[in-house]
Amino acid sequence: MSTLVIDHLDVDLGGRQVLRDIELRVDAGELVGLLGPNGAGKTTLLRAVLGLVTSRSGRVLIDGGSPRAARHRLGYVPQRHEFAWDFPTSVELAVMSGRTGLLGLWRRPRVADWVAVGDALERVQLTDLRARPVGELSGGQRQRVLVARALATAPGVLLLDEPYTGLDMPTQELLGQLFRELADEGRAVLMTTHDLLGARHDCSRLVLLAGTVVAQGTPEQLRDPAPWMATFGIGPQHPVLRILEVS
Amino acid sequence: MSFAEFLGDLFNPDLAFLPKALAISVMAAVICGVVGCHVVLRGMAFIGDAVAHAVFPGVAIAFVVQGSLVLGGAVAGVATAVMVAVFSQNRRLKEDSVIGVFFVAAFALGIVVISRAPGYAGSLQQFLFGSITGIPDSDVVVVAVTGLVLLCVMAVFHRHLVAVSLDREMARSMGLGVFRLDLVLYVCVTLAVVVSLQTIGNILVLALLVTPAATARLLTDRLGVMMLLAPLLGGSSAFIGMYLSWSYDLPVGGTIVLVATAGFVVAWLVAPRHGVVARVLTR
Repeated sequence: MSTLVIDHLDVDLGGRQVLRDIELRVDAGELVGLLGPNGAGKTTLLRAVLGLVTSRSGRVLIDGGSPRAARHRLGYVPQRHEFAWDFPTSVELAVMSGRTGLLGLWRRPRVADWVAVGDALERVQLTDLRARPVGELSGGQRQRVLVARALATAPGVLLLDEPYTGLDMPTQELLGQLFRELADEGRAVLMTTHDLLGARHDCSRLVLLAGTVVAQGTPEQLRDPAPWMATFGIGPQHPVLRILEVS
Repeated sequence: MSFAEFLGDLFNPDLAFLPKALAISVMAAVICGVVGCHVVLRGMAFIGDAVAHAVFPGVAIAFVVQGSLVLGGAVAGVATAVMVAVFSQNRRLKEDSVIGVFFVAAFALGIVVISRAPGYAGSLQQFLFGSITGIPDSDVVVVAVTGLVLLCVMAVFHRHLVAVSLDREMARSMGLGVFRLDLVLYVCVTLAVVVSLQTIGNILVLALLVTPAATARLLTDRLGVMMLLAPLLGGSSAFIGMYLSWSYDLPVGGTIVLVATAGFVVAWLVAPRHGVVARVLTR
């Protein structure tokens, strides 16, 4: 049972303040949707949690410790375009690459490592495609490979960066179901997305981000249109407010 | 000239330079084949080109002060590679721009240096296009040992290098030293280029790095197979190229490169599943 706590986090990039005073907590069993327009700092927040950008002040805690110490309990699913899909490798080797940090330079994958990879593939229902070259996969299958790669170290906290982008609706629905199950099994899951409707449906809690946390709560608690308008810079007549049933 | 006559010449004590040149060419091609797989898969062929040019000032300085050409080239190449790796950590500049800045500068420096040397035209041609004569015995040993060390380093770092090629962001988040791994790869590319300079020459060495690996990529979707095929293809090209060059009195570097290129074109045509012929047949 893991928890992610972000405590008064400030992040500057190139002298510009990108995130200020972020207060956020994701408990085991929660699927939290991180929503905001482009440039709101969603990806930067995930990168700060991973320790890929340094924060000016504040801290990130995984199970009460630093992310560096808890590196293997933190699973990261970057945006799909970060992965070299033209690389000559198979699904199972791509998933095994998620354990490279655990293996170190000198240790070769042993039975336990292959079991972990097999479990991760089973979890995302890719077992049948384990030997398939990654270049031959569909968008949804690719997304599931990245999730399996993150699961290969059996993390308690999962960070998903725009997992729905560029996927059709049935694929999004299946993935949303998978993410809910991953949370229900006791993981703390934080997901950035532009799919507001899907997030409202799938997530147990939503966080509206625009440089700082504008509002957060369960979808039911976020019925007031004001924070949505402030976060996305839209007027009260914008159709998305009606679709989200917040106006 | 028949193949048997070529073999006869190889063992003719009066032509002692021939087996030396052949050994160095084949070893260099094998090393470049392995290292080249990473070069091709990361899309860093331009870096290979850059390194090939970057070793030039070192070779020129070594030539002027009559030091070891291999050592001079290695120092200059590694220095440039390190500079590129350092400067390209800046996210604002794309790697290819940084490379564009440094490798032309290095080549320019080489030209300025070598223009100061008396009677340089002949040696310049040797550096640029390779030559099979005048290779000291010690170079065979140097290339063999360097090659062995390089292959061991590549084997040890293999999974880490692949992880970075697959997904830099993920590799960083796993705590892999991405910068250090880049450096390891750049230094390996540099050394592979330097050991190939003697016979292939500065201009053509890029082909040894890229062509066999690219050919292997056309033939397989598995990295393990690719990393066996590439050195095999490179080594065969070097051997066949040397034979043709000796038989028909052709420049050795150019002949080896053309043999490798012929292999690439054949693979492009008849590769299983993705070759042109296979695609036409399944249509």
